[in-house]
Amino acid sequence: MFINGSWQKPLSKKYFDTINPATEEKLSEVAEASAADVDKAVKAARNAYDKTWRKMPARERAKYIFRISRMIQEKARELAIIETLDGGKPIRESRDFDVPTAGNHFFYYAGWADKLEYAFPNRQTTPLGVAGQIIPWNFPLLMAAWKIAPAIATGNTVVLKSAETTPLTALKLAEIIQEADLPPGVVNIITGAGATGAAIVNHPDINKIAFTGSTDVGKIIQRAIAGTNKKATLELGGKAANIIFEDAPIDQAVEGVINGIYFNQGHVCCAGSRLYVQESIAKEVIRKLKDRMESLIVGDPLDKNTDIGAINSRQQLETIHKYLQIGKKEGADMYESSCPLPRKGFFCRPTMFTNVAQSNRIAQEEIFGPVLSILTFRTDDEVIEKANNTPYGLSAGVWTDKGSKIFNMTRRMRAGVIWANTFNKFDPASPFGGYKESGFGREGGLHGLLPYLNLVNH
Amino acid sequence: MAKSAIKKSALRVSENGLEKKTSSKRLEVLKTYKIYIGGQFPRTESGRYYTPVNKAGEKLANVCLSSRKDFRDAVVAARGAFGGWSGRAAFNRGQILYRMAEMLEGRKEQFISELLRQDSTKAAAQKELNLAIDRLIYYAGWCDKFQQLFSAVNPVASSHFNFSVPEPMGVVAIVAPQGDGLLGLVSAIAPVIAGGNTCVVLASETKPLCSVTFAEVLNSSDLPGGVVNILTGKPAELISGMVNHMDVNATIYCENNSSVKASIREQSAVNLKRIYFYDHLNWQKDEGQSPYLIMDTQEIKTTWHPIENIAGAGGSY
Repeated sequence: MFINGSWQKPLSKKYFDTINPATEEKLSEVAEASAADVDKAVKAARNAYDKTWRKMPARERAKYIFRISRMIQEKARELAIIETLDGGKPIRESRDFDVPTAGNHFFYYAGWADKLEYAFPNRQTTPLGVAGQIIPWNFPLLMAAWKIAPAIATGNTVVLKSAETTPLTALKLAEIIQEADLPPGVVNIITGAGATGAAIVNHPDINKIAFTGSTDVGKIIQRAIAGTNKKATLELGGKAANIIFEDAPIDQAVEGVINGIYFNQGHVCCAGSRLYVQESIAKEVIRKLKDRMESLIVGDPLDKNTDIGAINSRQQLETIHKYLQIGKKEGADMYESSCPLPRKGFFCRPTMFTNVAQSNRIAQEEIFGPVLSILTFRTDDEVIEKANNTPYGLSAGVWTDKGSKIFNMTRRMRAGVIWANTFNKFDPASPFGGYKESGFGREGGLHGLLPYLNLVNH
Repeated sequence: MAKSAIKKSALRVSENGLEKKTSSKRLEVLKTYKIYIGGQFPRTESGRYYTPVNKAGEKLANVCLSSRKDFRDAVVAARGAFGGWSGRAAFNRGQILYRMAEMLEGRKEQFISELLRQDSTKAAAQKELNLAIDRLIYYAGWCDKFQQLFSAVNPVASSHFNFSVPEPMGVVAIVAPQGDGLLGLVSAIAPVIAGGNTCVVLASETKPLCSVTFAEVLNSSDLPGGVVNILTGKPAELISGMVNHMDVNATIYCENNSSVKASIREQSAVNLKRIYFYDHLNWQKDEGQSPYLIMDTQEIKTTWHPIENIAGAGGSY
């Protein structure tokens, strides 16, 4: 674990294994942080906040963060390989998306550090203090970047816990942070599971909790910090509607739907897991989706040609299988690609359900796997009603060639990120975050600064 | 209550002076203080009332003691009004807020007499009313401006047009401040509706008169029914129902009671309502108004669309 600028053994003396989900082989043992370890990390963060980081001229803070970004770019290759080994995602995605986007995120926020006075009209800003950050296993390095970069650019210090199944790239990032000579304690990276996360949430000297994960845990956190002055940003689950109108460019839409649900094995909170197709084109779209699904390669994540890698963990694979059973029981028709699966490791064929009813659990609940539910509609009003009829509100998609219809739909869909004629696009400059039970606060862009700042009246 | 009412009626003079002689005998018509839901003035469905008194021990009125059912009815009205109100042109919302200020100005005397009965002094009542009117005008002006201030076109690296805009959250439950019976109420409501939300407000328990009269102002201001719904009653009874309601998007609490704040935050987790505590704000001062208060009940929506690439072409045209 990386605490106060150095590598420390856990006070708990406990370790746990992290495995490669594509082979089920053990990769290494990592420390399990106890409440005492969390306390140590928080003390280091508080000390760094009080003595160094908040006092440092903002332009100097910026330079450290720029430096981290540059080093991520330098070490992109090893980061990508570790990410794929530990998490199971295709190397093409970790190489072309996760790692570069993580580096860019640091670069983007580095530049904000000394420009905060321009961000909020008629207000001055002050940092919050120590931020406790808990990240998920679907984009381990990228989520670490999304959390750390804005927090330290705005003058806070950080205790970050990586996910239980994917601790390695965060530890590699800690190495980079050490090499970048960031003052000790500004960023502390610890490893552990749920109990470690709870110790962060409940630590009395933390000013801010930033969490990405499931809606259930988000609610537990919100309850746990009631009665404290901790601020929170929660980036939680989703069940995005992806809507195709009959006037859409069908081939592009099909490609977008495939990318929307099978990107990263469907382990994406904003995945386009509910497809709404206008009735008149439903047959054609489903046929083309099936054709395209057949061409997806499932297998060794380290192979550059692989489209769909390993499911992140046995537990997650079981969850997905449970939902496949539920879908069949509910009467939907299941179709899965005929591709062969590797003998070892956690793999799942790309799957879709047709004849799905709005009330089916596979159309309501987040599956977090390569499973698409397809529903049909006739009119604009009907599809808006159906698309918005969910407790979630993270993302949504719409496909049509008609400009005025795009704006009608994008305005009426109740979600924080809307992709029109595209899907699953991310950028450091673009705010991300949900409506309703998908959480609150934004990450990315100008709007991603506010969750780490107090606004002060002149 | 009766005493002061008679005194006042004796002072009234009609235009032709004929009624002057009979006025001392004329019994004043007392106002029934009802609640305001969906643009209507029903009594509470519970049939209950309470009778707040001022410092002098005078009864203020028999005021509706709203129930959880009233709150749920009000949320239905607010949700129903949300699409229309949030879909209106921001300019139009601004005009309606301005109209509210006009109507309030026109009924100054009534509000001042109510504030006086609720233990205010003449000077303080005058000031509170002026501030309330000016606050509505302040927010009327913001309706079609805050979006420009807090929006962004985001320079993403890929070939996409990408922009972020604030959008109203939906239905907001407000527990108005107990102190400033009118100013607090107006200051809590105005930023919420200026941003296109609809709301259900629980008025001050001890000083409820102005809230009901303010509902009459709303009702004559072209504000669509259901945008603002006003209940009277006891926060202790209603807050948990407000915070647990699954169709409320945000809750605003204006008092400084730490155990209530903790329980609001805890119960809000049921559907992850956004929670705002305004106990630190002094409504009488400039800090009581700000576009950042509008932004509290806004979500940021980010929209992406591809830009066609002209293959191989640079920017030279």
